[in-house]
Amino acid sequence: MGYYFYTEKMSVGYQMRPLIEKIQIGLEKGEILTLIGPNGAGKSTVLKSIARQIKMVAGAAYIGGGSIGRMSGAELSRKMAVVFTERLRAELMSCGDVVATGRYPYTGKFGILSKKDARAVEEAMELVQVGGIRDLDFAKASDGQRQRVMLARAICQEPEVLVLDEPTSYLDVRYKLEFLSALQRMREKKGLTVIMSLHELDLAARVSDKILCLNGKYAEKFGPPEEVFADGYVGKLFGISKGSFEDGSGGVELEAPRGEAQVFVIAGGGSGRNAYRRLQREGTAFASGILFENDLDYPVAKALAAECIAARAFEPVPEETVRRAMRAVDGCRKVVCCRESFGTYEAANERLLLYAKSQGKEIARA
Amino acid sequence: MRKKSAARHLAAFFVLLAGIAVCLLLNISIGSVKIPFFDVFRILAGDGADGIDGRIVWEIRLPRAIAAMELGGALALSGYLLQTFFHNPIAGPFVLGVSSGAKMAVSLVLVFFAGGAAKISAAALVGAAFAGAMASMGFVLLMSRKVDSMAMLVVSGVMIGYICSAITELVVTFAEDAEIVNLHDWSRGSFSGVTWENTAAMTCVTAFASAAAFLLAKPLSAYQLGESYARNLGVDIRLLRAAMVLLSSVLSACAVAYAGPVSFLGMAVPHLVKALFGTAKPILMIPACFLGGSAFCLFCDLLARNLLAPTEVSISTVTAVFGAPVVLWVMVERRRDGGA
Repeated sequence: MGYYFYTEKMSVGYQMRPLIEKIQIGLEKGEILTLIGPNGAGKSTVLKSIARQIKMVAGAAYIGGGSIGRMSGAELSRKMAVVFTERLRAELMSCGDVVATGRYPYTGKFGILSKKDARAVEEAMELVQVGGIRDLDFAKASDGQRQRVMLARAICQEPEVLVLDEPTSYLDVRYKLEFLSALQRMREKKGLTVIMSLHELDLAARVSDKILCLNGKYAEKFGPPEEVFADGYVGKLFGISKGSFEDGSGGVELEAPRGEAQVFVIAGGGSGRNAYRRLQREGTAFASGILFENDLDYPVAKALAAECIAARAFEPVPEETVRRAMRAVDGCRKVVCCRESFGTYEAANERLLLYAKSQGKEIARA
Repeated sequence: MRKKSAARHLAAFFVLLAGIAVCLLLNISIGSVKIPFFDVFRILAGDGADGIDGRIVWEIRLPRAIAAMELGGALALSGYLLQTFFHNPIAGPFVLGVSSGAKMAVSLVLVFFAGGAAKISAAALVGAAFAGAMASMGFVLLMSRKVDSMAMLVVSGVMIGYICSAITELVVTFAEDAEIVNLHDWSRGSFSGVTWENTAAMTCVTAFASAAAFLLAKPLSAYQLGESYARNLGVDIRLLRAAMVLLSSVLSACAVAYAGPVSFLGMAVPHLVKALFGTAKPILMIPACFLGGSAFCLFCDLLARNLLAPTEVSISTVTAVFGAPVVLWVMVERRRDGGA
């Protein structure tokens, strides 16, 4: 095993009853691993077991060749820092005080901070941009500030591995992005290895080097995001039945309206997405086309349309596809055209619109 | 900002020490026999120790004042440890029934084994109190596993306290006719009749336990953050919790053995001290709580002795008047901050 962090048949659970068995993880130094899976799938349990908060049922985890289970508390505290979902109690502590508690493994018998410790605290706070709230009462800080203070605290513990349980859940989108950028900076600067759980699949797909998928019984998949976010696997992992998850963007769409298509949407180039979603909200089933398979509208239409008429990208639209679209228009009472004008390679859609007019269909502009 | 808070801490320590010095002087000077300040200094310097005033100072007031100082400090420190242990701001040796448990054990030993005489050794007395304190503590710990609301924990502690007090009352009433003169006073809480041997024994116990608590300052600071974070920082939680239980029990047991139950002091003083220092860091809080408890207890004993002189009020009566409002204040503050 050449990995820096790895597990060997790690089984985790509570009261020695295994919940998830034989988890195999292997990470190079500086990689970011994200655990994904539905609620209650065991993400926190795995993280807590790695951080030795609960006893591993079987197997072992290693950092740099050393077994985590055999390390002394002091040794582990210099190798691994944690940010859990449970709140840190901070009575009468400023944000700076909270960050400074991360220096615990390095201070002497009475925990007095040295100059070096103070510098480490300052650096960590700068890194996650909370230097300005050093004197703010931790209890009065906003959730986002608190989360970043907790990260700074973990960073100034100078760990080699950082374990984070849903670190972004309290953050708004701006802070989510800043938080993840801070992680990437840490990885660059200090070769920090990160193991975390995220609920935001879009972020997980972007920031992770490896992803571990948990389904509550076993670790279903472990690999790079491009392997995990493919072939509709994520939708299956989460058991999505109402609506859909799109692998490429990490975006979601609600459930498609039921029934026969009432409306035909002529779209393309991303012009149709808003119309699709409006029809979905109204509960009107619709058909859409003709879309090239690489069109921005295509994934949304596939998720929401009763019938999506598509053509292969970078090829002329076959006559057969145009005829299929015309038949679909015949079945609809109304046609919505999202295109203001038609380009050279959209001639098929222009024909479709003319056909709809000739059939006396009600035409609406989106 | 760093310098500012250091200056504040220094000033706060000075306030506590000055408070102790003033209260100590007043305690020695004021009483049924008034001794002018100048004479107090003269007698303490060794001049006229054989006169009536000298004997009052040396044999009655000074040991009593020292006892009030040490035991007040011990109770406050015990309260601080319990509050930290349970992450519960309204915990304290009296509220959780630890004092009452100690009181019950001591009265049982006094009545049944010593025949009521005060001839029982200091070690046995403190030992009995410690056993009683640990028994109550054990019960509270059991309860704390079942209930996670801090109000419920305190309620169960108060109930234990009532049970222990009822048994104590029974024993005391039952034994009243005999030679037990002091038992009744003692069971209500009082520093009267403390001797030099007593103070020597309690000095040993409190000094040792307080020093041990001070050595725990660093792990305690991690424990305050919550257990999972403390564990991540390499703290042996089980060992630390055992040490906290042991030390807080020893400290409150020692106080109960010599002064009986003293209400609210252990709960209230840590909050007053925290407010004075503007921090909850154990390394400051441990000495500060001890000093704060000393000053508070000296002040209350002064009132207890002189408020309705020549009748003495029980120390608990006075500490309750000043301590109970602090409980209310803490609860209102918590509510305002949105914490429970």
